This record gives sequence, C-alpha cells and structure tokens, in this order.
Amino acid sequence: MKKTEIIEGYLGYMRESIEAVEKTRAKRLKETFPLMSLEEREKILKKFHPDYKEEAKRPAKVGPNKGDLMPHEVADLLEAYPLAKPKDIDLSKVDFDVDILIIGGGGAGMTAALWANYTGANAETILIVQKLRLGDSNSIMSQGGVQAADKPNDGPGLHYLDVMGGGHFTNDKKLARRLVSDAPMLIKWHEDLGVIYDKESDGTMVTIHGGGTCRKRMHSARDYTGLEIVRSLKDEVLNKNISVLEFTSAVELLTDEQKQVAGAVLYNMETQEYYVAKAKSTILTTGGFGRLHIQGFPTTNHYGATADGIILAYRVGAKLRDLDAVQYHPTGAAYPEQIVGLLVTEKVRGLGAQPVNKNGEQFVYPREPRDVEASAIIRECYKRNNGIETPTGMKGVWLDSPMIEILQGEGTIAKKLPAMLRQYKRFDIDMTQDPILVFPTLHFQNGGVIVKENAETTVQGLFAAGEVTGGTHGKNRLMGNSILDYSVFGRIAGINAAKYAKKAKIGKLTLNHVTKYKKMLKEAGIETDRKAPILLPEYRGEKVLSRTLEIF
Amino acid sequence: MSEEKNPMATIYIMGKAYKVPNTLTIMKAIEYAGYRFIRSCGCRGGFCGSCTTFYRVKNDYKLYVDLACQKRVEDEMYIVQLPFMPAEKPKWDIDKMKPTTDEVIRVFPEIARCLSCNVCTEACPQDIEVMRAIQALRRGDLEDVVNLTFDCISCGACSIRCPAEITHYQVFQLARRLHGKYETIPAKHLMERVKEIEKGNFDDKMSKLMDMNVEKLKQLYKKREIEK
Ligand SMILES: Cc1cc2nc3c(=O)[nH]c(=O)nc-3n(C[C@H](O)[C@H](O)[C@H](O)COP(=O)(O)OP(=O)(O)OC[C@H]3O[C@@H](n4cnc5c(N)ncnc54)[C@H](O)[C@@H]3O)c2cc1C
Ligand code: SF4
Ligand code: SF4
Ligand code: FES
Repeated sequence: MKKTEIIEGYLGYMRESIEAVEKTRAKRLKETFPLMSLEEREKILKKFHPDYKEEAKRPAKVGPNKGDLMPHEVADLLEAYPLAKPKDIDLSKVDFDVDILIIGGGGAGMTAALWANYTGANAETILIVQKLRLGDSNSIMSQGGVQAADKPNDGPGLHYLDVMGGGHFTNDKKLARRLVSDAPMLIKWHEDLGVIYDKESDGTMVTIHGGGTCRKRMHSARDYTGLEIVRSLKDEVLNKNISVLEFTSAVELLTDEQKQVAGAVLYNMETQEYYVAKAKSTILTTGGFGRLHIQGFPTTNHYGATADGIILAYRVGAKLRDLDAVQYHPTGAAYPEQIVGLLVTEKVRGLGAQPVNKNGEQFVYPREPRDVEASAIIRECYKRNNGIETPTGMKGVWLDSPMIEILQGEGTIAKKLPAMLRQYKRFDIDMTQDPILVFPTLHFQNGGVIVKENAETTVQGLFAAGEVTGGTHGKNRLMGNSILDYSVFGRIAGINAAKYAKKAKIGKLTLNHVTKYKKMLKEAGIETDRKAPILLPEYRGEKVLSRTLEIF
Repeated sequence: MSEEKNPMATIYIMGKAYKVPNTLTIMKAIEYAGYRFIRSCGCRGGFCGSCTTFYRVKNDYKLYVDLACQKRVEDEMYIVQLPFMPAEKPKWDIDKMKPTTDEVIRVFPEIARCLSCNVCTEACPQDIEVMRAIQALRRGDLEDVVNLTFDCISCGACSIRCPAEITHYQVFQLARRLHGKYETIPAKHLMERVKEIEKGNFDDKMSKLMDMNVEKLKQLYKKREIEK
C-alpha cells in the first residue's frame, strides 16, 4: 500500500489508521467511554475550547456595548466605517415605500412575512430583501431537526429546563419561555402547510434525542429538515405574492428625526445601484456570522452569513449581547478537502458512531455537550497528537460510522442520513464501510441583537428574529432550538411589525446615525480602511487579489 | 497551497482557460481563478441548488451537469453555470386543492408531453429518478412521487434538459405539499398539546419556573430524568 495512493477515497497512510479502527471496533461496540464529571468538563473547556482563549477577543471600543468582550473578527466590523457615504445617497427619492421591510429571506424572514400577511398586511405592502436567492440561507441547510415538547411524557417545563441548562442559565428567561410555549403551535402550522415530518403510520411524530435534551423531542424530515421547511415557506411566500428583491442587500438602516428606524438603504449586488426603501416597520432577519471564520475555523454556514445584521443594528444604537460565545460544532468534515467544515450532523453520533483517534481508541463520550465534545477532539489532535493529519495539514479524528449499520441494522444510514451518505459518496467514500474524518467547525452565533418578547429591539421601529438575535439561547444553543427560534420569533416579529405599521408615522428620512457613528469612531481614535457590512466573504485566490486593478 | 504538492488542472470557465489545483471543487476553483460569486453560490454544502453547473470534458461528447460546490474539477473541463432557471411560478391555494395527481396535472398540463427519454434522471445531481416520478404522477401515485423526490434541491438541471419543457421541481413541490397536507395523518398528540397550551394548562407551572432562582433551577436541571 503506497502512502499517497488513494484507495476508495482515502490515502494509503489513512487506510493504515482505518485498519486500527477496524481492529478495535468489536470491542468498542460493547463499551462506551465514560461521561466527564462537571469538574473535568470545566477543566477541558478552559484549556481547549476556542472561546476561552483570551487573546482571541477584545473589548469593543465604541457604541452601546463599549467594553464588552467579543471576538476580534466581530469587533473589527463594529469598528469599521460605513460602505456608503451618507452624502452620496439621495434620500428624497424613495424607490420602495412599504409598510414592512424584511431584511434577510431565510427561515425567520419568510416566517415573518407570512405572519405579517395573516395579520392583515397586504402582500404588496411587504418587501423581503435578500442578498442571495430567496431561501438560500443557513435555514435551508439544517439537517438534524427541530425541538417541540408535544409528546405526553414531555411538556414546556421540561423543554424550558433543557434550554436554560444548555445555555448555562445565562438565557433571557422570558424569551426561553416563549420559545418552548409556542413550539407545538409552530410545528402544527408547518403540518398545516404540508411540511412532511417523519411520522409513524398513525400520524405520531417520530422524535429522537438531541444533545442536552431530557426527552425525545427532535422532529425531523429525514436529514433534510431545513430544506423541507424552507421550500414550503418559500412556496407559500410566492403563492401569496409577497414581493421579494433578490441579490440585493441592506447596507444601512434609515432613521427619521424621531430616531425611529424607517427602512434601509439597499444595494443591488449586480448593478451596484443603491435604492432607498422606506418602511413603517423594519424586521432584521439576516442570520449569523459563520463566514467571518472566527479564529480561522472553517464553517458550516451558507455564503451570506457575514454578520451584516448586527452591524446595521449597532449603528442605529441597538444593544447586543453574548457575542463572545461562539458555537463550534464538534464534528465538521475534515477530509476530503472539498467539503472541509461542512456539517456532520449530531445524528451520526446519536445513531451510535463513536469518535476514535488514529490508533482506534475512544477518548471521549460520544454525546457530551457540544462545547465539551469539541474541546476533547481539539485536545486529542493538538495536545495528545493522536489526530490524523490530512494532505492539507489539517488534523481530525475518526467518527466510526460503520458502527451505525452494525448497531441499527444494515441500510440505516441510507434511510436516516441520505444527505450525509450522498455527500461522502461524491468523493468515493462509503461511510457505511469506512469511518469519516472530523474536526470542530464554526457553526452558530449564540448571541446577537437584544430583543424583547414581542421581537422588538431596543430601538423603535426595528424588530428582529432568528440567529441575528441574542438571549433566547444564552451562551449556548442546543441543537433543534434554532429552527424553533426562527419559527417562534419570526411569527411574533411578523405579527407585531404588522400591528406597529398600522400606527407608525414616519418623518423625514435621515442617515444622521451613520454620520454620528463615524464621528464616534474617529473620536475613539479608530483609523482604518475597514468597511462594513462585508456582505460576502472574500475567497478569491491570493495571487489574483494581489494583482487586481480597479479600473472600472 | 504549493503547486508541487497539488497537481494543477486546466479548466475553461466560459471558454477561458485557468490553471487551478485539481483537488478543488468547481466552486472553489472558480474563486481560485479570481471570480467572486454573487449568483450561483448559496449554501456551499449541497442543499440549496443554486450552483448548478454544466460541463464537458476533453474527448467526450457528453454534456454533464453537477453542483459546483460538490463536484471536484477535472483536467480539461469546460464549465458554464446556470445562474437562474427561467420559469414562471404558478400560484396555488393549497387550502382549496385536493390531494390528487389530477390536480397537479391540471396546474402542469405539460406533464402529458413526457417522452420517457430519461434525460431528466441522467441530469439529476441528487440521483433522483426524475422520470419515474413523472410517471408515478401520471399513474396517480402521489405518495410515490413524494418518496422519489424528497431529496430534490430544485437545482433545475432536469428541467433545462427536458424536451417536454416540464419544470419538475415545481411539480414535485406541489406534489409534496398536497401529500403532506392531506395524505399524512395529523399528529394527535401535537393537536392536543397545542390545545392544552392554549387553555393555559401549563401557565402556573411555567410561572413558577420563571420565578425560581438560578440555584433551584440548577437543582431541578440536574435531577431531571433522561428518557431512555
Ligand atoms: C449546516 C447547518 C445545520 C443546522 N442544523 C440545525 C438543526 O438541525 N436544527 C436547528 O434547530 N438548527 C440548525 N441549524 C441552525 C439554523 O439552521 C439557523 O440558526 C437558522 O436557520 C437561522 O435562521 P435565520 O432565518 O435567522 O437565518 P438564515 O437562515 O441564515 O437567513 C438569513 C438570510 O439573510 C440573508 N442576509 C444576510 N445579510 C443580509 C443583508 N445585509 N441584506 C439582505 N439579506 C441578507 C442571508 O443571505 C440569508 O439568506 C443549522 C445550521 C447550519 C448552518
Ligand atoms: S429533480 Fe431536478 S431540480 Fe430536483 S435535484 Fe434533481 S435535477 Fe435538480
Ligand atoms: S426529460 Fe422530460 S420528457 Fe424526458 S423523461 Fe424526463 S420528464 Fe419525460
Ligand atoms: S451552493 Fe448550495 S447546492 Fe451548491
């Protein structure tokens, strides 16, 4: 066997390690590595979790959260200058005059639009602006499922305990209560729309555990849960004739003299033209920040997850929270290079696959909380040097997926994890026969814009829902609670924005807050040519970038 | 990434040649070459269907199609992307429809024009048996359509190749919604829980939890029984 020869997807030297994994498999099927004690957990987190690295964060220098610690990548954007100069934008010409402007067309945005419509806002008075195509978002990528306490042995109280415990009791209690109390209603709504959840033949929902749940309450649609929900929402948004502006981003919010939010400056990503969109209420549903690649981590997130929402909100004075808490998913793909960072859903471990090192040994209980599991994998690779190095120099550990077929029966992977199986097959790896290589990946923005129970931010006229907000999950979200989050609070934002729009009176449009923000940056001595929001990550080849000329 | 370690491939992006590391996906190769995506890039993970890409390779007459974010480049690959599938979205009111395949065919009469050429199936990057699904529709088996097409990511590859000009992904969307809404049995436990919550059955308990101090909440959390 040549070390660099590729055999069924893996290089020769990897095959040698796989043989070690196969050797220990029979024994491992009978024993599981023990759970850590709370003390052990604390110790490993402090030493190995990326969030605990002090040098990776700094206090914000300006704005409502001045002094709060956040990752450099986020602070860099808050301490960056606006994309457009206020004087270049003619606010006297309004291109879109609507009641409700929804910024971001993922799960939260579309849910808000539909519920605003049900609440009486006419479809033509609602506008969704979306950076990519409608629905191309983190929402369409979620695989595992959505939580709701709808089984007889479960209830909102138990769900609440799980949410709070998962968030290390740092959550906003009111938001958490709302999340769990409205959960069944939203799943019912999906059911009425025709979303096909996995069910028994008598209609009973098939539900399983997720990390940190005390009851089996994870509802799924195979491992295409996000896809199935999003395509149904999208279909309905289009059926209702709600206006959508694709490939257009919000680059700045607008305010009036009363300092209430009054719409946004939009930017056509293709023609580079700006538009003025005036609105009586504005809903921010821009999702998270995975594409900032915090601490250089790869990410599971979609192309447009660049933190635009928090930047825009911050400039009009909205307060943020918990941005220092970043969720790394313990198992992102580490090999092959083509799919590095993409999610290997928790379900794989849920169905019985164990993480093992290059010698085929277990080193952690397979279902520790996400942050603990991720830390153990980092330790195994970088402290104990028991990881498997890939040709690009990345390290990872094995996730012994063939165990699933042994434990749950042949064909289980094809039935329960079709997306996963397909993804690896494309690169000649058969995860029913061979283990897959994983390493933690940047997954979720735990914190965000502060909202009240009615989805209002701390600034008048501005609502927010979904991953862009903070509080519901505190410092750590549990799997299955963010589809729920965008459903519950998307709905509330839609309803309340529609009600608010009925009464709101918008005065003269201004960008005074932007001018003020710039002044604040100058006064804080921030001299930089950084601009924000960044809208899209930069992935062009280094050689090309170093030679580009801006001629036209 | 040094060039010695990674052999390079020559690809032609809309006719223009570029040298790129041969380990990259088509998507990353296009970026490596210096393009910045605005369209034809969404999830980057095989879920959204926005990166549909057609290609040919040298000495092969066949036209292939795949997802740019999932397909690795090959040497001498000629690439063009499908940034947008031109098609009107027919509007429907799902509440007023019946779960029959006739309903679907009424909205999409072109289904009757299917030539059974199977080009759609060959085009599908998700390995969906597209033609079989269309035939299941004509046979009147809605559930079969749903099972065959559940993994459809609406990439449009089948539709752009179809001589009968069917927009399959829209057809399948309607089929799935009709099946989901009318042919699956509503979950009884869900309906009951929604009613219980509406009636306020849990209000007292929730209020108590809300008023509890963190220490007590932590005790409850630790003591909770985990369902087997
Ligand atoms: C791979 C993956 C798997 C996941 N699995 C699960 C799971 O199993 N269960 C679960 O509960 N959660 C899961 N999550 C998390 C969950 O999917 C997200 O947190 C949730 O969908 C966020 O919804 P959202 O609507 O707030 O944001 P998004 O769905 O990301 O939508 C935001 C949209 O706004 C657009 N946008 C951004 N900035 C602008 C701008 N300036 N102007 C206009 N538009 C803009 C974006 O492009 C995007 O389309 C997963 C996430 C990922 C990435
Ligand atoms: S069925 Fe058609 S639209 Fe759906 S994934 Fe396959 S080729 Fe794409
Ligand atoms: S490509 Fe069109 S005509 Fe050919 S089998 Fe498929 S649906 Fe029928
Ligand atoms: S970018 Fe979403 S499928 Fe390729």
